Amino acid sequence: MVFNRREFLKTAATASAALALPALGSRAFAADAIKVGALYSQTGGLSVAEKLLANGVMMAVAEINAAGGVLGRPVEVVVEDGASDPKTFSEKASKLILKDKISTVFGCHTSASRKAVLPIFERRGAMLFYQTHYEGFECSRNVVYSGAVPNQQLSNYIPWIVEKLGKKKFFIVGSNYVYPREMAKVSKKLIEAAGAEWVADEYLELGHSEWAVMVSKIKESGADVVLSNVVGDSIIAFYREFKNQGLSQEVLPICATVTSEIEIAAMGAEYAAGSYTSFPYFMSIDTPANKSFIDRFRTFVNDPKAVTYHSLEAAYFQVFLWKQAVEKSGDLSADAIRAGIRGQTYEAPGGKVTTDPDNLHCWLTPRIGQWQADGQSKVVDAYPAPIKPLPYSAYGETENNLFCTSNGLDAAKLKG
Amino acid sequence: MLDILFIGLSLGSILLLVALGLAITYGAMGVINMAHGEMVMIGAYVAVLSGIWLKASLLLAIPLAFVVTALLGLLIERVVVRRLYGRLLDTLLATWGIAILLQQAVRLEFGLSFFGIHVEGLGAGLQNVAVPAYLQGTFRLAGADINAYRTFIIAVTAALTLATWFILYRTAAGMQVRAIIRNPNMAAACGIDVKRVNAMTFAFGSGLAGVAGVMMSGFKTVFPDMGTTMVVDGFMVVVTGGVGSLFGTILSSGLLGEINALVAIGTNDILARAVVFGVVILVILVKPSGLFSFKGR
Repeated sequence: MVFNRREFLKTAATASAALALPALGSRAFAADAIKVGALYSQTGGLSVAEKLLANGVMMAVAEINAAGGVLGRPVEVVVEDGASDPKTFSEKASKLILKDKISTVFGCHTSASRKAVLPIFERRGAMLFYQTHYEGFECSRNVVYSGAVPNQQLSNYIPWIVEKLGKKKFFIVGSNYVYPREMAKVSKKLIEAAGAEWVADEYLELGHSEWAVMVSKIKESGADVVLSNVVGDSIIAFYREFKNQGLSQEVLPICATVTSEIEIAAMGAEYAAGSYTSFPYFMSIDTPANKSFIDRFRTFVNDPKAVTYHSLEAAYFQVFLWKQAVEKSGDLSADAIRAGIRGQTYEAPGGKVTTDPDNLHCWLTPRIGQWQADGQSKVVDAYPAPIKPLPYSAYGETENNLFCTSNGLDAAKLKG
Repeated sequence: MLDILFIGLSLGSILLLVALGLAITYGAMGVINMAHGEMVMIGAYVAVLSGIWLKASLLLAIPLAFVVTALLGLLIERVVVRRLYGRLLDTLLATWGIAILLQQAVRLEFGLSFFGIHVEGLGAGLQNVAVPAYLQGTFRLAGADINAYRTFIIAVTAALTLATWFILYRTAAGMQVRAIIRNPNMAAACGIDVKRVNAMTFAFGSGLAGVAGVMMSGFKTVFPDMGTTMVVDGFMVVVTGGVGSLFGTILSSGLLGEINALVAIGTNDILARAVVFGVVILVILVKPSGLFSFKGR
């Protein structure tokens, strides 16, 4: 708790200068800088997670500027607050595209906010870079998806649970909205393909924190593994109740798709120890690149205990993918960025990522982590290389039969 | 079957924990305290902070949270609520405003975050409280696995309810509170210092909410918004049970808890919540003043 007077005055001076700048209409600066948008919730219920993502973007931009910017010009971030409300997200997206004339926005966290801004980006011809793992089932020429889609979280996970953990009976539980339901669709296919079965598929309200009944149902169900697509603060109450009702992760492990370093830190690591999560990125990935990323992030947010996680890493590296696309095309229009980003590769903190030339989703490396008592994961299984993103895998999309191509969605396949 | 009843009992006791404070403030003073949930939240934060700064256990946090939230309640009563007695809708709006202020105060670490000062334990992030080892896990009772922490919650709720009953029905102060519930003007005419008793009642109700917060921190996430949804549950119980009736509050929280558990076991939690609200609507349709209410005069 150190209050540094000079630091405060400096911040105040910068802030007032920043506020005064648009009013003065300083042309020299505006013409030089490349403007990009950062559209995340700075306030409201989702701000806890989304501020971190905004920090990931800001840090990448700061590093790019320190290294000479893009096309020799500095990058300026216009930050807008989505206020945890999809309607505000769409208003602010319009503002960024129409008023600020910005062609690239990094942002959105929930599917609800992404769906709310999508028509604006498509109609106005701008690009959205979206970093959160999501349910797939989307094919837009105006979005670069740098987070995982269901096949990148589940295609190695389910077979691994069945074969390596020897589990045969899945209890699928999730929050009641589109992501968990789509994840359940994909996992049911994979569970059956692996020769196992699912005994239940249950949902709770978003934000539900009373788990007594559900955990007792899990206990009675005869399941030998829990597949959790529960999101947000419900996760913490779930893991705590699980342990408080005497269930053990050794006998009946929770295998999750959303539980990250953030939730583990918030629930107390002892409640999660022994459970699993599938993500392309974990804070514990032991490479110099990742260690340096964690250090830089902690310095950037001025919090020596800050944790990094999948969406944050994706928020960070997507800025570099954008930079490479702009430099390849030499142009800032949405069309040029889209052309430039196809097949673009970057060495992210978690390893190599590539933007798929067909569907603009990223090739990522699925990894399975087992949570340890210190709140970090031990990577117990990983694909040797990044795998192709298939946003329509729940509807039968395979590598040889793409639904989403560079020409857009082949809707006929969706019906068949 | 025993374990389902136990779950219902534990759900009911959590409802009661939240509703108890509301029941006496609403019953005695006719104040709809929208900041009640924030008192729960602050109680939970007292548990978080006392864990971090004092290395205190959950048990020590209970009296600590009671004192902190009771004092805060007293302050709110003195500064705002006092001026608004008899204006039901105004107190609703004012306490709602207070609720937002309290949330922001915790989120912005009492405003210190503007100056780059960070108070460990506060802020926008999620927090947790360590539950002592002997309260984790289960024990067996009559062939059912009974959850230790929930048993503890039930015990604490029972103790608090008993204490509240004792104060209300066995002390002079309680007699004054009951007199004010029945008829504040007559009570004042009989020489009861209504303002002082009201302030004490409000503080006591806030203190109970603080203890509820400590209890909840053991199985829920602690974050600035956690209290918002609880007020609804609290009022649901108070309205169903009958305003100002301690017995009604106890019975309706038990009833709603058991209905919730039974429906949830048979179907799912989402439907269970809908059924609970359905029952509440039915009750207030049939008996507009709740299951157990005083006869109007």
